[in-house]
Amino acid sequence: MLGKRPWKMAAVAAAISLLVAGCGGGDSEDPTNTANTVVIGIAEPQHLLPTNATDSSSAQVLNSLFYPLVSFDAEKKPVEIAAEKISVTKNNRVWTIKLKPGFTFHNGEPVTADNYINAWNYGAYKPNAQGGGYFFDRIAGYTDLNPLDPDGDGPEKAPEPTTNKMSGLKKIDDLTFSVTLSAPFASFKSVIAYSVFYPLPNAAFSSDGVIAKGFEEKLIGNGPFKMKGSWEHDDKIVVEKYADFKGVVPKIDGVTWKIYGDQMAAYADLVSNNLDVQTTIPTDALANAPADLGERFQKSENSVFEFIGFPTFLPQYKNANVRKAISMAINREEIASQIFLGSRTAAKSFVSPVVAGFREGSCGEACDYSPTKARDLYRENGGPEEIKITYNVDGGHKSWVDATCNQIRASLQVKCIGEQEPKFAVMQEKLQNHQDIGLIRLGWIMDYPLMENYLNPLYGTNGGSNYYGWSNTAFDTLVKQGSAAPTPEASIKKWQAAEDILAEEMPVIPLRYGQNVFGYSERVANVEMDLFSKVDLYEIETVA
Amino acid sequence: MFRYIVRRLLQMILTFFGATFVVFALMFANQDDPIQALAGEKPVSDSLREALTERYHLDEGFLGQYWHYMTNLLTGDLGESISGREISALLETAWPVTVRLALMALVIAGVLALAAGVWSAIRRGGVFDNGALAFTLLLLALPIVVLAPVAQWIFAMELDWFPATASRNASFYALLLPAIVLATTVVATQLRVTRTSVVENLGADYVRTARAKGLAPRRIIWVHVLRNSLIPLITLIGVDLGVLMSGALVTEEVFNIPGVGSKLAQGIRTEDGPMVVGFVSVLVIVFLVMNLVVDLLYAALDPRIRYE
Repeated sequence: MLGKRPWKMAAVAAAISLLVAGCGGGDSEDPTNTANTVVIGIAEPQHLLPTNATDSSSAQVLNSLFYPLVSFDAEKKPVEIAAEKISVTKNNRVWTIKLKPGFTFHNGEPVTADNYINAWNYGAYKPNAQGGGYFFDRIAGYTDLNPLDPDGDGPEKAPEPTTNKMSGLKKIDDLTFSVTLSAPFASFKSVIAYSVFYPLPNAAFSSDGVIAKGFEEKLIGNGPFKMKGSWEHDDKIVVEKYADFKGVVPKIDGVTWKIYGDQMAAYADLVSNNLDVQTTIPTDALANAPADLGERFQKSENSVFEFIGFPTFLPQYKNANVRKAISMAINREEIASQIFLGSRTAAKSFVSPVVAGFREGSCGEACDYSPTKARDLYRENGGPEEIKITYNVDGGHKSWVDATCNQIRASLQVKCIGEQEPKFAVMQEKLQNHQDIGLIRLGWIMDYPLMENYLNPLYGTNGGSNYYGWSNTAFDTLVKQGSAAPTPEASIKKWQAAEDILAEEMPVIPLRYGQNVFGYSERVANVEMDLFSKVDLYEIETVA
Repeated sequence: MFRYIVRRLLQMILTFFGATFVVFALMFANQDDPIQALAGEKPVSDSLREALTERYHLDEGFLGQYWHYMTNLLTGDLGESISGREISALLETAWPVTVRLALMALVIAGVLALAAGVWSAIRRGGVFDNGALAFTLLLLALPIVVLAPVAQWIFAMELDWFPATASRNASFYALLLPAIVLATTVVATQLRVTRTSVVENLGADYVRTARAKGLAPRRIIWVHVLRNSLIPLITLIGVDLGVLMSGALVTEEVFNIPGVGSKLAQGIRTEDGPMVVGFVSVLVIVFLVMNLVVDLLYAALDPRIRYE
């Protein structure tokens, strides 16, 4: 052996025992073997506290733990679920929400009006830095909790908020509360379906307005499933049926949300039947998926809208006809089928087809592929000799940007290059500094199914995602009038009129609508995905 | 011996601070907008941006941020990642599985390299030796980014011999395929080094003497030759630890193992400075300790080596 001295032997023995200890143990518990539960793949959620959770993975997990006030029917109209009745005053400003009696949180606490008021106030309070906080900005008193910087982005800091309660939230009785908006909004009922509007139990707070330490790890909701154990970061979140649930009861007994760092790893598990549902088949596996999964490879519509924006501060893109000509030079169908293998569809409107008020082809002629017309229009209006499309290289956009550029080059006979930026944030910064970065690729996923959720953030003058700085007063006015209109139908009329301005002005080129491209194992059936790319937990069931 | 260890430990402290400073500076230089990186392509509201900037001192410049980090570190607080999770908790959950994976890979590589290396050296020029040479060249030419997904596809998805992924509490069996893949990053050089050093020692005077004395060939090889041939291999294993850690970045991603490698990759993607520095600091310590252990092992193998 190595030596005769005892300490050397001891060292070897220690090394071996360390190894054995390291390699032994570990659970061999296979979640797929448990009866009537399903395993669904997600990415690690960033947060699970509803007001802070804005990514799609956390939305899926929260969907199993919570029950929303309203949900959407087949026509995308909001219907009461946890709420018994939601009524509104004639001027669409004061909304009264009456809750269904008998509902309890997973710790047995009854769900009351206070649970909503406390959760919403927590979410809106600026020092809590909640990612979904801005969703409360329609409620009166929001600005008291989020005072503005007096000199814009200047040296002075915004003052500390003086209160942590929004004046617009009022408790009427244990099961009723009223929400006063700072401006009339006829479609507020659709907004409160979003996950930031879930209630929190009293157990969530250690004192007024302070979330108890560790609450996020062992979340208590009001939904059909309760958390089993705690959030095992980067590994899994297990939920099981909550026996006292008073709403629609799902057919399955539980869900294991299995966390993947890489979508290809999830796909490998799906194909070898270790995973029941993968909600996004990665692009690299798209070509094999039909053969690997057969009938279990599925597509359904979702709310993704992809487009190219024109930085309108650049002189060469000031002319709307130039913008139209570039749009007409692109063959959207070809790219959707050749590059995306049918996992996206061509877009010819400025909002997604999943919202009420969508009109097929509202973009008009400008979104039809007609290379000769495009070239004539481009020449007549003196379009630039060189076109640049900037994209963030970390998002996997190279192939379609190159294809789009090839089409533009062929149709308009000008130079077209795809320019890479390392990250989305770099693109944003260059846009803010009004640097010449050419056209930019962008995308949008809705938060609630309303036309307004596309129009305002993407094209409104102060829209959160209007990175390219397009601004049109008539458009802004119409969107605002739409929001203030007395009925949802009247709102849609105004919003459609606003969309017509977009078709005239072409601040962006609509390119594609996204689709849920998902697959499931042989163990499950009735797998459906909704507009928000969430698995419908009330429909899915296990087979055999 | 004791003084030597103390001196080495003091050097470690210096190395540790130097390394964290460099990593922190690199992360800072790479940082564009961590708040936006976290939000992906979603808009970040002004009030959220302001609150987060203040919480993580993002407006303070490099020295300010480094100062905040270091003062926290010296009080034993590793701080929070930008996504709001305790870095100490992240480290605690990520390390065990990576250590298991790396140890398994080291053992697999070590045993294979030793057995095949000695065999090649004894029968040098033979079929096995040439075969091993070709095989090691193939392994050296194949990067792990190719090898890992291919191994997963063939052995897990097509043949169904192994599970396709391994979780944090994976069994020995589930970790076997990733460990074998990881072992391939180091086994080739280890095998070549073992072979060369055994060949060299086989021609040494003391081996001839031992033969002349009529010692059994097996005893000559496994006791006399091997013991003297182990020093270069042990040195290499110490260095290989670094190779294994960089290989773990890929292996953990492909096999979905939530360990150090995948967390590091994630931290770099989201420009999460504190998290990357936290993980790298521990990596640095492990690396330093491993090399100290390696140096101390020399004395066990060769009594002529003494430390003052």
